Amino acid sequence: MSRSAAVNVKIDHDDKVYAWSDAAKAKIEAQIKKYPPERKASAVIPLLKLAQDEFDGWLPVGLMNLVADTLEMPKIRVYEVATFYDMFYTEPVGKHVVRVCTNVSCMIRGAEKVIEAVQKEVGLDKPGTSADGLITVESFECLGACCEAPMMMVGEHYHVNLTPERAVGIVKNIKAGKAPVEPSK
Amino acid sequence: MTTAPQPAPMVKVTIDGQTTEMPKGSTIIQAAKKLGIEIPHFCYHERLSVAGNCRMCLVDLEGAPKPVASCAWPVADNMVVNTQSERTQNARKGVMEFLLINHPLDCPICDQGGECDLQDIAVSYGSDRTRFHEAKRAVADKDLGPLVETVMTRCIHCTRCIRFATEIAGVPEMGATGRGENMQVGTYVEQALASELSGNMIDLCPVGALTSKPYEFTARPWELKHTDSIDVMDALGSHIRIDHRDGKVMRVVPRECNEINEEWLSDAGRFSYDGLANNRLTHPMVRKGKKLTATTWQEAFAVIAEAAKGMRKNRIAGVAGNLLCAEDLYAFDHFMKDTLGTDNVDCRTNGLTIDGKVRAAYIMNTPIAELDKVDAVLLVGCNPRLEVPVLNARLRKGVLKRGMKVASIGAPVDLTYPVQTLGESPKLLDDILEGKHPFADVLREATNGVILVGARAVLTRPDSQQILDKAREVAEMYGFVRPDWNGFNVLHQATGRITGLDMGVYPQKDGYHSGGIAEAVKAGKIDLLVLHGESQRPASDFEGAKFTVFIGTHDSPYAQLADVVLPAAAYTEKAGLWANVEGRVQEGHMAVRPPMEAKEDWKIYRALSEVLGSKLPFDNQTQLRALIAKLNKAYAPENIGKVTRADWKHFGMSGSVREEGLSTSVPAYYLSNEIMRASKVMRDCQDLADARAAQTMKKAS
Amino acid sequence: MSKKKNPYILADADKCFPNLDGKGDWRLEAYRKRGGYEGLKEILQTEPAAIIDKLKASSHRGRGGAGFPTGLKWSFMPKPDGIKPNYLVVNSDESEPGTCKDRDILLNDPHTLVEGIIIGCHTLGAKASYVYVRGEYVDEADQLERAIEEAHNFGYLGEDVLGTGKTFNIYVHRGAGAYICGEETALLESLEGKKGQPRLKPPFPAGYGLYGCPTTINNVETVAQVPPILKKGVEWWTQFGRPNNHGTKIFSVSGMVNKPGNYEAPMSIPLKVLIDEYAGGVVGGWDNLLAVIPGGSSTPILSAEQCQDMLMDFDALRGAGTGLGTAAVIVMNKDTDVLKVMTRISKFYKHESCGQCTPCREGVGWVWRMMERLSNGEGTIDELDQLENVTRRIEGHTICAFADGAMWPVQGTLKHFRPLFEQRIKARNKTKVRKGA
Ligand SMILES: Cc1cc2nc3c(=O)[nH]c(=O)nc-3n(C[C@H](O)[C@H](O)[C@H](O)COP(=O)(O)O)c2cc1C
Ligand code: SF4
Ligand code: FES
Repeated sequence: MSRSAAVNVKIDHDDKVYAWSDAAKAKIEAQIKKYPPERKASAVIPLLKLAQDEFDGWLPVGLMNLVADTLEMPKIRVYEVATFYDMFYTEPVGKHVVRVCTNVSCMIRGAEKVIEAVQKEVGLDKPGTSADGLITVESFECLGACCEAPMMMVGEHYHVNLTPERAVGIVKNIKAGKAPVEPSK
Repeated sequence: MTTAPQPAPMVKVTIDGQTTEMPKGSTIIQAAKKLGIEIPHFCYHERLSVAGNCRMCLVDLEGAPKPVASCAWPVADNMVVNTQSERTQNARKGVMEFLLINHPLDCPICDQGGECDLQDIAVSYGSDRTRFHEAKRAVADKDLGPLVETVMTRCIHCTRCIRFATEIAGVPEMGATGRGENMQVGTYVEQALASELSGNMIDLCPVGALTSKPYEFTARPWELKHTDSIDVMDALGSHIRIDHRDGKVMRVVPRECNEINEEWLSDAGRFSYDGLANNRLTHPMVRKGKKLTATTWQEAFAVIAEAAKGMRKNRIAGVAGNLLCAEDLYAFDHFMKDTLGTDNVDCRTNGLTIDGKVRAAYIMNTPIAELDKVDAVLLVGCNPRLEVPVLNARLRKGVLKRGMKVASIGAPVDLTYPVQTLGESPKLLDDILEGKHPFADVLREATNGVILVGARAVLTRPDSQQILDKAREVAEMYGFVRPDWNGFNVLHQATGRITGLDMGVYPQKDGYHSGGIAEAVKAGKIDLLVLHGESQRPASDFEGAKFTVFIGTHDSPYAQLADVVLPAAAYTEKAGLWANVEGRVQEGHMAVRPPMEAKEDWKIYRALSEVLGSKLPFDNQTQLRALIAKLNKAYAPENIGKVTRADWKHFGMSGSVREEGLSTSVPAYYLSNEIMRASKVMRDCQDLADARAAQTMKKAS
Repeated sequence: MSKKKNPYILADADKCFPNLDGKGDWRLEAYRKRGGYEGLKEILQTEPAAIIDKLKASSHRGRGGAGFPTGLKWSFMPKPDGIKPNYLVVNSDESEPGTCKDRDILLNDPHTLVEGIIIGCHTLGAKASYVYVRGEYVDEADQLERAIEEAHNFGYLGEDVLGTGKTFNIYVHRGAGAYICGEETALLESLEGKKGQPRLKPPFPAGYGLYGCPTTINNVETVAQVPPILKKGVEWWTQFGRPNNHGTKIFSVSGMVNKPGNYEAPMSIPLKVLIDEYAGGVVGGWDNLLAVIPGGSSTPILSAEQCQDMLMDFDALRGAGTGLGTAAVIVMNKDTDVLKVMTRISKFYKHESCGQCTPCREGVGWVWRMMERLSNGEGTIDELDQLENVTRRIEGHTICAFADGAMWPVQGTLKHFRPLFEQRIKARNKTKVRKGA
């Protein structure tokens, strides 16, 4: 009866080598400037986020190493950070990530029905990634919009005061290749 | 000028009714220790930073609303602590229960069994009945390389290994990834630790999560006999304990010695012992036709006697190896010089150009422990990380804790701490002498400066005497040589070299030095060559003597050169005196007997000299030691174990030095001597190191 | 009761956050029209000590959960020594379930915070302030950055602010999803680029905080309330609430009420008034009320009976064995499965434990697993006592207050809803026996 996953990633050292785009470099500079010069590591969260967004939405080891090199940090310190925070993924995720809050306030107001409906719409019976790799559904902890429960976060934006139907409408739009918003009536 | 730190003011602390004075800034657990009150703990370790995360050390502090972690809580004046209150006991029981709920009950098959902190403390605070009815956590094991075995389900997340790797070893490769109950200790990606000190994590791990891979399942602690001794894999002279069973070394672990190795041991010292059992020479052998064939001691001696008959003394030569003790070296030297009558004798097989006349010129004059007071270091052709790994950890401590400044003349080298590379050429010493170089200011301002000269890179050069001269002048000029301080140091990797210089194992008149011997052998000028132990030169350097005797421990190209092979004792198989880098003479003890017919080296010379009709003047080790003590006062019984200050005299030769850069590389570090070469574990380490180097090269290109 | 006469309904003029509901304009011009940045220059010319005295006199208490007196906290900061800078760090991690007040401040009235930070920096001797915004608040952090930019453009930030020769800068630092980063020292670790693992205390942040420099950490609402207190005065502030619990406060009312929302109301407001008058009443009426979590997920639950005349302030709730916490009022009515809700809270804490200290790492998951089973009736009645005992072995034995906050709700549930647990255990055992027969 085991209840813990393995984390000791085998990496092929010839794995993909990542490099920042020029646009990313400018953003990185702006981030690092916020902190005292000898405190570059402070920018690790913004850089990991940037890395995740620039590439495939998750953080393979090579990408974390790029962040480590950029900030002159030991690699393990970057792995620690990347595996600590909920918004970082060290395994592939769908193109769109839908985080449904299932914590108290949302739960009381029907979050369970919302997440079930969303999962059904993408063809899942529990949180996970759709077979086509388009959408990842997550049961997320409180997203701090409790007075507008139930709610979910799609990409970077909040969708509040949901009903299962409205949540499904948003997912339908994503599937149709449209903006992840509620379908206009 | 840095001023000496003021001693911290003392505060009065009362624990369990006993009162003591503690310097401000110390913690409750330290006060308790001073009072002899034991506080159970897992994450706390004297030599590591305080983590305060295991919570085992909670105690009741008067006035505090909650129990406090005694490992982290600073003492304050008139503090009153209770380590026996109900609150303390409850806290301990609670923590113990939490540690055990997810801990496997596999003590019977765990290598830590019998020496496990968790097991020990559980006896006092654990319950014999579990209330945990949920599924236990299982954690995947990690691949940390050939030395450290992991059973991560046993890990209690004390983070000692992480702190060791980060703080002491200086290889921040261990970490805790994930969060909460899913947090896992390891490297995240599969990789062996790039450290020469990784085995120490095994000692630090309070449970059986990190254990010794080579030792795994080979013995239970209570079956082992223990012998205290001295490590000779490098020249630090680390204190070790040799654990053995039925005449076989089962493992080697460090003993605490604050003045030398603190409580660390290099991986070479800890893990090379399988080399003691592999490829050993067990019987005297003589060459019959093309093959070496086992024989008796008498016959082997007779063959040598026959060969030596009427031989011209200047056509006889002998060289001594890396790992020999004073007894071996003394006996060898006198056998060569007195019995065989030749001056072609040398222990400086790495081509050292200095002799043993001025001891201060070839040892560390700064006692190791005093390195903790140093504020500036100048390395000259020196790579302490590989030459003496544990010493390097002490230097690192100085950099981290006291902001000690380190600069290096020589090829750039990663010592795990910031080093300012001044350049590669020894000519930079001239700039420093003239005060021109910016680092000269750092040296000038240093209170306790040291200069570390690498024997490997510097003392083997044609201009070594000139470099040595300038290094001495730097030390003198910047005030590193005073009545209360001597900051001039030479760093050797092999203890046999220091001990050999002490024993005078080099030509005293006009004999060949080791390079000369090699040349003479090649030129067919040597009729009898005695090779004692393996040395720094490749065996092929000694191929071509008319008759070769090899006295040593391992079958190898060296032995294969010989006409007669005499099996000798390894460092674990004899009692002996070895000098370490600081010239401290220490006594190693016999843990196990030499294998089969093999004998202690000095006894071989004693017996052979008798056969050759010119008996060495001692009949037992006591007499031999008396002779040694007479030769060098550092070896006198009253000085054993102590640092004897070497007299400061002039050494070196003035003159200009060459442009050519100083190397800092230590090729094939893990295969530095015959024991390491015979060790499969060390070979694996070397393969890893080579692969890592190749990868770095590839990345750089 | 007509709303006009109700002393618990705040006039707009008495609100610290008049645009909390977002009906007005958030921008600087609009904020100025509402009185924002007025008198700022004078405040920046006031001695820090005088400002701290005023805060002390107001008895303002921190809004981040612990209710620590703000004036006192600010007085711990050493004067800048010229070597190490002082920092003001604003805690906008807002991840305590039920809590969403800072979000509305950032979205709808961000200049209240910007002005508060300027005054805070002046008082604390800081030139730079970091606002740690939880990573999920993308729009919110963007909004704050826009407000900061506006303030720069108007000369409220940057060098020589309002000609006073002082320099203030605000940097937004975004998190990445970890409740524990709301704990102030975990927040500092995270801000330094590490995992958010709380530090051992002592040393406290006032002496050894961000980058080892003197640091004060305050909640968004705390900081944003400083300008009105200084400008409108201690007397204005202390007219609301009871001694030691003065002023106005944002209550996040969520769950089974008709009008969930963030409402700024006077301290010590009766819970019933808050629910009925502000939040539109309990769904199904007051008599349909089952229980209320008064101050975010960490605070023990109140039974419906206790809610009847509960006052919403630090001391009253403390007296009831719970706390004001973040003033996140989570309302459950009789349609709610309270044990399931409380189990969900336990799961949250299991998920969020940082993992460094033993009782929390090992114990919180154990407690959640027991809650999972027992709330379904799986287990024995004895195990309820065991559950209680395990919570006591965790509480008070950890590095930070997270684990306490994880245990209190469980203890509260056992206190008020033990009969419900027992009922389910008995029912399940009965079915089991029947099946076995
Ligand atoms: C587990 C935990 C989570 C916390 N989360 C928050 C938070 O999200 N926001 C916040 O302002 N304070 C939070 N706090 C409280 C902070 O540690 C700190 O007390 C507070 O920011 C101080 O601000 P104040 O004095 O203005 O209240 C949390 C505390 C703990 C123990
Ligand atoms: S109580 Fe929990 S969250 Fe707090 S430090 Fe310990 S493990 Fe981390
Ligand atoms: S020894 Fe003090 S907390 Fe671990």
